[in-house]
Amino acid sequence: MNPSLFPRRDFLQSSTLGLGWLAFSAMANGPSRAVASGRHFPARAKRVIFLSMKGGPSHVDLLDYKPDLIKANGKSAEKFGGAALVGPVHPFSQRGKSGLWMSDLMPHLAKHADDLCIINSMHTDVPNHSPAFVQMHTGSFQFVRPSLGAWTVYGLGTENENLPGFVTLNPPADNGGARNYGSAFLPSITQGTRVGGSQLPALYAAFLKKEQTPGPPMKNISNPSMTKAEQRRQLDLIQGLNREMLRKHKVQPQIEGMIESFELAFRMQSEVPDTLDISKEPESTRKLYGIGEGKDAFARQCLLARRMAEAGVRFIEISSPMGWDHHSLIKEGLSKNCGETDRPIAALLTDLKLRGMLDDTLVVWAGEFGRTPYMQGINGRDHNHKGFSLWMAGGGVKGGMNYGATDEIGYKAVENPMHIHDWHDTMLHLLGINHKQLKYNYGGRDFRLTETSGEVAREILA
Amino acid sequence: MKRICLFVASFTVGAGFANEDPASEAFFESRIRPVLVKHCYECHSVEAGKSKGGLRLDTRQSTRTGGDTGAAVIPNDAEDSLLLSAIQHVDPDLEMPPKEPKLADEVIHDFTRWIEAGAFDPREANPATNGESLSSRLDHWSYQPLTRPNVPASTSDWPETSVDQFISSRLKNHGLKPSGDAEERTFIRRLYFDLIGLPPSVEQAESFTFDQLEKTVDDLLASEGFGVRWGRHWLDVVRFGESNGREANIVYPHAWRYRDYVINAVNADVPFDRFLVEQIAGDLLPYEKEEERARLLIATGFLAIGAKGLNNQDKHQFAADLVDEQLDAFGRAFLASSLACARCHDHKADPVSMEDYYSLIGIFRSTKAYYGTWIDSENNNGGELIKLPDLPGQLTPGKSIPKKKVEEMKAQLAELNELERKGKEKAAQMMESGKSSEMSQKAKRENFNEALREALRIYWTRGGLTGKLEAVDDDGNPIPLCMGAKERDEMVNSPVYYRGDLKNPGDEVTRGVPGLFGMDPVPPANENSSGRLELALWVTDSDNPLTARVMANRIWSHLFGTGLVRTTDNFGLTGEEPSHPELLDYLAAQFQEKGWSVKQLIKEIVMSRAYRQSSAYREEAFLKDPDNRLIWRVNKRRLDAEVIRDAMLSVSGEIDLSPRPGSLAADVKSHSVSIIGFDKSVPTDLDGSTYRSVYLPVFRENLPDVLNLFDFAEPSLVVGSRDETNVPLQALYLMNSEFVTKRSKAFADRLIEETFERKDRIRLAFQICFNRDPCKKEVRMVEEYFSDSSGADESTITARFCQALLSSAEFRIAD
Repeated sequence: MNPSLFPRRDFLQSSTLGLGWLAFSAMANGPSRAVASGRHFPARAKRVIFLSMKGGPSHVDLLDYKPDLIKANGKSAEKFGGAALVGPVHPFSQRGKSGLWMSDLMPHLAKHADDLCIINSMHTDVPNHSPAFVQMHTGSFQFVRPSLGAWTVYGLGTENENLPGFVTLNPPADNGGARNYGSAFLPSITQGTRVGGSQLPALYAAFLKKEQTPGPPMKNISNPSMTKAEQRRQLDLIQGLNREMLRKHKVQPQIEGMIESFELAFRMQSEVPDTLDISKEPESTRKLYGIGEGKDAFARQCLLARRMAEAGVRFIEISSPMGWDHHSLIKEGLSKNCGETDRPIAALLTDLKLRGMLDDTLVVWAGEFGRTPYMQGINGRDHNHKGFSLWMAGGGVKGGMNYGATDEIGYKAVENPMHIHDWHDTMLHLLGINHKQLKYNYGGRDFRLTETSGEVAREILA
Repeated sequence: MKRICLFVASFTVGAGFANEDPASEAFFESRIRPVLVKHCYECHSVEAGKSKGGLRLDTRQSTRTGGDTGAAVIPNDAEDSLLLSAIQHVDPDLEMPPKEPKLADEVIHDFTRWIEAGAFDPREANPATNGESLSSRLDHWSYQPLTRPNVPASTSDWPETSVDQFISSRLKNHGLKPSGDAEERTFIRRLYFDLIGLPPSVEQAESFTFDQLEKTVDDLLASEGFGVRWGRHWLDVVRFGESNGREANIVYPHAWRYRDYVINAVNADVPFDRFLVEQIAGDLLPYEKEEERARLLIATGFLAIGAKGLNNQDKHQFAADLVDEQLDAFGRAFLASSLACARCHDHKADPVSMEDYYSLIGIFRSTKAYYGTWIDSENNNGGELIKLPDLPGQLTPGKSIPKKKVEEMKAQLAELNELERKGKEKAAQMMESGKSSEMSQKAKRENFNEALREALRIYWTRGGLTGKLEAVDDDGNPIPLCMGAKERDEMVNSPVYYRGDLKNPGDEVTRGVPGLFGMDPVPPANENSSGRLELALWVTDSDNPLTARVMANRIWSHLFGTGLVRTTDNFGLTGEEPSHPELLDYLAAQFQEKGWSVKQLIKEIVMSRAYRQSSAYREEAFLKDPDNRLIWRVNKRRLDAEVIRDAMLSVSGEIDLSPRPGSLAADVKSHSVSIIGFDKSVPTDLDGSTYRSVYLPVFRENLPDVLNLFDFAEPSLVVGSRDETNVPLQALYLMNSEFVTKRSKAFADRLIEETFERKDRIRLAFQICFNRDPCKKEVRMVEEYFSDSSGADESTITARFCQALLSSAEFRIAD
């Protein structure tokens, strides 16, 4: 192998301050450079809020309206070994000026129908949670690869040098755990910062007259025993020692990552407490999200997502606190999940819009796959990776449209099928990144989020 | 091509007669498929999640391949097609469909004609399993019998041990060379961190030379710290936790006994096969002394400590989930197999059928888990505990209750029982009077609500009383209790539950070890045994292809940072293949032959030159093998959470190496983890001690800060390899936390006490933290730091300097 064929030199010489990669140099030089250096063409979205719906939400009950499936309700389908087809378990209605079909379970989101781009032709490679969840986040279920958020931060840096570029709130520990927000071989500063902990159950909160954790806990955010200048001096010593170690060890991304995370941590101290404090929000906003009413863990996440977006976090992921893996009793399960998530999600869209931020914030709602049109267990549905739906809003996508389609019963994507890679490419495109040029040379090979495949769905670009 | 020709042929016959042509698609669709769907698919299809006898009849391929007894359909050969003889009831042992009248003669005639005409079958393989039968998956590498590969011949003078010869031979094949030995000071740190999880002292590091390697290794293996470090590795794997996790998160105040059992067993180098048998079936093993009995009962804690949905209102579902969790942990921890994936359908990748699953489940359903916790408003599924034999000097950290109070509680309990009896009588009366229309609907409803409230009050109050009384003797002194498992009074077999649904039971499966991974099935010893002991012996049978490989790989992974099989908890078809298959088999075979001694195997590995290599970057090797799969160097690793914390306590001189008696989980007053935060006596970081980190409380969903931030193993999951993240929250902990601030202060006090001059303090600090002298540049940096901070007093500024060292990258990287 001839090393000169590969741009190894940058990587080898990456040291604390002479960084061989886009994002950190951007951060070091302030936000304006970030935009100039990272984008390949004008961006419609500056940031992403990813609403992660673990478990496989049922597209045929929520977003993919299939009159033929309603007609076939109860019929045994030989194609599926005689299992009974089941129409949507709750009614659908047409919403907005665009007349998008949506489940009645989401009355609040329905008010935003004209902002939604519903993609009905998603498909992914495997029907098992863990690999599919990891593939949704990293593009690959076989190999350890950087997550979408890490790629985004690598490409664009952060808009606020005092906050991490990628924050994930209460992510699930299973289904791949930290791989879903990991940086793999990318510089470790691009890794998602996990924020969150268990919240006080409502019962105790009421009993003890305490608020359920006002926001995710953020301990150790200040040091009362030192002034800022004193701490800076101490940090300079730490970093001096670290740089000395890096010099001795040459290529050592781990050490680089530690150096960078200390700098970021130091800066975070000035800004994080405010960002995470949702008690500063006016009552009307809290009410809009439904905070303080019943189970509001997800509502708090939604509001925090908006606050972080506002503060300049590039990629924010929040996780549905309940799973969508409805192998049985799907009717009841969907009512419960939508009941807890519909209003806060709609509130997030409303809130972003009010602040004029929806135009450049890409909001994405997605699970790792969908569910079968036929019944499984007691009134449930099985995993279906051949066809499912997700929606996106804001950030340069066309609103009020459906893209792609599944077959007549919602089983398989047949029109404009959109693979996970295509979807990732489309999101990168919206962020102003050419997915073919966003690459990282690792061990002599260029890696991309979408490997060699993937196409941008141009029809959905506004 | 044949299929297309036949298809065309069916059209040429003409529509009216198509149904009559046994080689036509129409014939298949109208005469054959409906019969298969109606009478066979229930037990032989992917959709039903079943393949009885290894047979699936829902695709052409699987129908032709057949099941355990042979091909179901052989085209043009009706006589030898088992499907036909089964529906003809030729063989009384193979009559299909079972428990149904024989199919009509016309139907049987149709099947005969269909097969004679070539058995046209348009059904393509189902992509979920690609139509393969479960038994064809047994070709997978990890299910092959363990071999004893020849050690490759040395071709250079680098190898010193057999391990080296395996490594060297693969490196050579790829045109790579191993790295030279690490420096002795670097190596001794690596060895200490890996074997006991602590840094060496200044003297230990200074006096070490490679000549003393073997003695040093032996000393470390023999030290108490070894069990702390390697016991914790095992606790990761067996998902040790001190609360049940999930929505209602109740403390397990007795789980620590299992933790101590593991640490002691690892220190005693209990043979690994015996160690597993104890954890699966310790209660069934013979014993001579009461101490041994207690130890064996505690060992079964493995089966009780898992996460549980205690607030589940459906007790049957709770019970089914409990045994599923046990089987899942058992499969992943000991066999790196996801057996529990076969709960709702045959395993989608591995050779495990639903019958296999439910036959194993019968073993666990015949076993009772003693997990403690009592019923209250959050917990609907209280459990019991095992009373341990009374032993001299035994630690019983529970709370004592004044004798008078015990009597009161007993009286209260009796009163509640009496109230309940009356309540039931009253309820019966109400039912009676409710039939008359004298009372208004509203009054009836109020009466009912009142009765329900009272019943719940009794139920919940009694739960707490019973639970507290169970933990003390008549005088109110705490009694020794443990979590664990024992045989149930009545043994049961489990039916198969279609799609895992309890409301959809199928045939009962005899409990016992099924024929998995190429081994023979093992039934329970007799009708009064659960089959658990047999399961334990099956796992540790030297013919089991997985157990020794899985553990040898875990050990390798802890020493090199990556397993030979990187998916340490998945040796199934979706897992990765080993980078060095022969080496893995060699290690596994050695492990078995040397009496399953974990210490021996570790010694063999750490005595190799492969382990002794430098971690230095080498461009030519990096370009060829960036992931270091061929082990051309040793990986640099971020230290584990516990090691980072213990190293801080160690350098500050505060560490208490004695075992912490019991656990914070045994001391906290509250029953529920959610409200521990309101107990002012509990530190907010759940730390505040100077014991080794293995003794920190492991409350699920609520870990001590240092564990939570530095990638501790998720205690609800089997974790063979931890994540390694690097995020600013870790930096914030190092810069600002009370824990690190206190260690820095104590470290500074130590330096000031041991030396006079600042210059010497700086040098000593580097030696203590990194086992090396500072270089000139570092000395200058530190001196400048001191002189720039001239306003502060010496002890404050020394503490800040110490904190900088504890926060540095070098402090938490093993080189």
